[in-house]
Amino acid sequence: MTTTPMADTEPQAIRQPSNLTLFLRYLRRNKGLAIGVLILIGLTLFTVIGLLTVNPKQAYPLSVALKQPPSLKYPFGTDFYGRNLLVAMVYGMYQTALIGLLAGGIGTAIGVVLGFTSAYFGGWIDATIRTICQILTPIPVLLIQVVVAGSLDKRDVTILTMSIIVAMLAWMGPTLVVRAQVMTMKERQFVSVAKLSGVSDMGIIFKEILPNLLPFIAAAFVGQVFSAVFASFYLAILGLGPLREPLLGNLIWAAQNQGAFFNGWWWWPIIPSCAMILILGALALVNMGLDELANPRVRRTE
Amino acid sequence: MTIDTTPPRIKKAGSANADVTEPVLRVEGLEVTYYTDLGRARALDNVGFTLNSGEKLGMVGESGSGKSTMALAMMRMIKPPGRIEGGKVIVGGTDLMSLSEDGMRKARLNKIAYIPQGAMNSLNPVMRIGAQMADAIRAHVKSESRSSIEDRIARALRSVDLDPSVARMYPHELSGGMKQRVCIAIGILLQPNVIIADEPTSALDVVTQRQVMETINRVQSEINAAVILIGHDMGLMAQAVDKVAVMYAGRLVEMATVREMFTDPKHPYSQALISSLPNLDNKGVFQGIPGLAPSLLRLPKGCAFHPRCPYGQRELQSTVRPEPVILPGGRMVTCHLYSEEGHAHD
Amino acid sequence: MTKNLLEIRKVSKVYQRGLLSQKATVALKEYSLTLPEDNPSILTVAGESGSGKTTLAMLLLGFITPTTGEIIYRGKNIQSLEGKDKLAYRHEVQAVFQDPFAVFNPFYTVDHLLTVPIKHFKLAKSGRDARNKMDEALNAVGLRPEDVLGRFPHQLSGGQRQRINVARALLLKPRLLIADEPVSMVDASLRANILESLRNLHRDHGVTIIYITHDLTTAYHVADNIVVLYKGDVVESGDVESVIRNPQHNYTRLLVDSIPWPDLNKKWGEPLKPRETV
Repeated sequence: MTTTPMADTEPQAIRQPSNLTLFLRYLRRNKGLAIGVLILIGLTLFTVIGLLTVNPKQAYPLSVALKQPPSLKYPFGTDFYGRNLLVAMVYGMYQTALIGLLAGGIGTAIGVVLGFTSAYFGGWIDATIRTICQILTPIPVLLIQVVVAGSLDKRDVTILTMSIIVAMLAWMGPTLVVRAQVMTMKERQFVSVAKLSGVSDMGIIFKEILPNLLPFIAAAFVGQVFSAVFASFYLAILGLGPLREPLLGNLIWAAQNQGAFFNGWWWWPIIPSCAMILILGALALVNMGLDELANPRVRRTE
Repeated sequence: MTIDTTPPRIKKAGSANADVTEPVLRVEGLEVTYYTDLGRARALDNVGFTLNSGEKLGMVGESGSGKSTMALAMMRMIKPPGRIEGGKVIVGGTDLMSLSEDGMRKARLNKIAYIPQGAMNSLNPVMRIGAQMADAIRAHVKSESRSSIEDRIARALRSVDLDPSVARMYPHELSGGMKQRVCIAIGILLQPNVIIADEPTSALDVVTQRQVMETINRVQSEINAAVILIGHDMGLMAQAVDKVAVMYAGRLVEMATVREMFTDPKHPYSQALISSLPNLDNKGVFQGIPGLAPSLLRLPKGCAFHPRCPYGQRELQSTVRPEPVILPGGRMVTCHLYSEEGHAHD
Repeated sequence: MTKNLLEIRKVSKVYQRGLLSQKATVALKEYSLTLPEDNPSILTVAGESGSGKTTLAMLLLGFITPTTGEIIYRGKNIQSLEGKDKLAYRHEVQAVFQDPFAVFNPFYTVDHLLTVPIKHFKLAKSGRDARNKMDEALNAVGLRPEDVLGRFPHQLSGGQRQRINVARALLLKPRLLIADEPVSMVDASLRANILESLRNLHRDHGVTIIYITHDLTTAYHVADNIVVLYKGDVVESGDVESVIRNPQHNYTRLLVDSIPWPDLNKKWGEPLKPRETV
């Protein structure tokens, strides 16, 4: 006797609220992520509008009146070298973002490629990559960065070289994280089923496993951007950045050099410092928020 | 030299023969709603039943029918976005719903114990069994001396046919069946009046399954508790319980003795369940239940089962919710076929 | 000479513990089986966890390699298949697994489970043809395509998901189907439907099914023959009627006695003695 399916009089489609609504509701619960995202949006707007409106020349020395406190003409004041701090900030943030994204991108990309290769192919490839990571991880990153940056000729230190210096010891984390995730994921049954459906090894990596890793990769990327931005700050504060550029760290280093506080030019170091705190804080909040998003077990319910 | 290892029967206050007439568990009008992003889901709808000491009740139903929700509601362990909207759960004379948070915490494991689904996989892998059991005792009892705790643990382990030395082992050293028996032991540590076991044998193979069910039987008769077994395997129910309750879409649609349920089910859903059971005599005959269980977010108006019911074509079924009816003999059915309105419409 | 669909020749699978340890776990001990090509049947492999039944499934699907012995599919050793033969083996030997959720890639809709093999095994000539074939397979398991296609796995019930898994098998029309506990994670009320689909696959399309389970009730209803495994060894085998009604080996008798028949006249006997000692 066969079973005939009775017509389902119960309509299957429950009207789902749109993805945007669900996302906004989630933001309301995850306030950390929401605040972080808002701050970043604010800073981005500031930078973008700034880039479109201000005169870039004013970010460099001897372009405006020296040592002016904040006023209507110069909302953030000017510094010892004659830089309009507002313009300098705009460009400084732009360059910081560049370094962050560039170094963060390089670090994450290396991590993804090495992590995948290591986990999927296993054997001696895995052992080699893993050992290299484990050897390099305990190395004090700050010291190496300072040594490398310090030994370069001042003219060679550009945004690009800074990004490379920052990224060169940052890729181990993402590699190990991606590796761990891929190792668990390749044992999952949907990978077995994909194999039974004729999918090749490459197909499994790119079409089956990679899409599921996007949340982790995104979280790793934000983490990388955070460390890259942080590294660019402290290297610049130590005077090891590309000194000509109006990087936020550079501004503070210059201010310290000239004894800004003692001379009463308080706006010079304070304003870039506030900007730094905002940037790092926002990145940290977004990082923690993404962590919660990617790991549903941590999610709080309404 | 033989040592008598049968645990002494501890008489709980008030559990003497005077309570034969008074049911140890009475649930009335239990209602639970989940407030989700997609709407309100009525997980439990006016559920009520009674159970005496020493009785075993099997609660069956498909996934989403409300059986596990019922257990959680009775333990007051429903978390947001779910909420207990009303009802009473009276165990040994005390309404659990009226207790304070602290009072309820003391009642758990003491008066009513819950062995959740997949409990054996939730044992702490880095703690010894004995330590976990001691933790459970200390969480629900004000102060017990160390030796008294150790006594209880040894006694509980022996009740489930495990050597007390198991207390010194780690979960990974035990087989699936042994781990499940440890979970049962935890449930009986404080000799509760009511034990709820949710799918206690789902991941176990057939021989271990039988062992675990027999263990539950034995511990129950030792401490004279009432046991609620939640599951969906009618075969297990036939072997193990005295009464059967059938849940559908959050409602208790029928409750009867196991003999009545298997020989003369009254509710159309129970009838379909019973006739779909495989048996030695009907090899090759498959008879499923047509249609799909409704989503709790969009329950059909009137009787929740009427779209799939072979007798469900009348207007009454699609407009009026059936209420529980007590039939002669004591069994309970929630169906228009047996209600006054149902007969009035004939 | 009739070709055999499957020949398992004294296959053993042994797991070494650690590099230097002498201790080894024998998951499967010198297992042999022959399934003819012209007479498809349903074979049940029954046993508890640790009996070797899952190892057998993994070996047959080519996910692990035998320690000794060979597995010959249609005349060729599966370890040495290449090119077209390998693709044919992949197409013709399929599986339905136990966990209805785990087989779905959570990133994609459930359609992915059906569209991927259609693409790789070239089962359809066009998009429309593919859609038709998918609809046909879904209807055959009692699902309405508009109810399930386009949805994500977590939006469907366990029963629906498992039925889609069976639909996948119907779509691919393999020669050999390994069904590893296909209904143990499905509600009892839906099991009949799924088992019947499997039986129809066998009856209408000549698919040989190896039905792996520890649940002898369903095994009895679905299978023609049965093999009982215990700790990697074959304990008893034969046609399912006689083995279950009249078990010879002690272990088989224990299994059969422990079946929870939904029949008040067939209750379990005396409680078992504890089997595990600490």
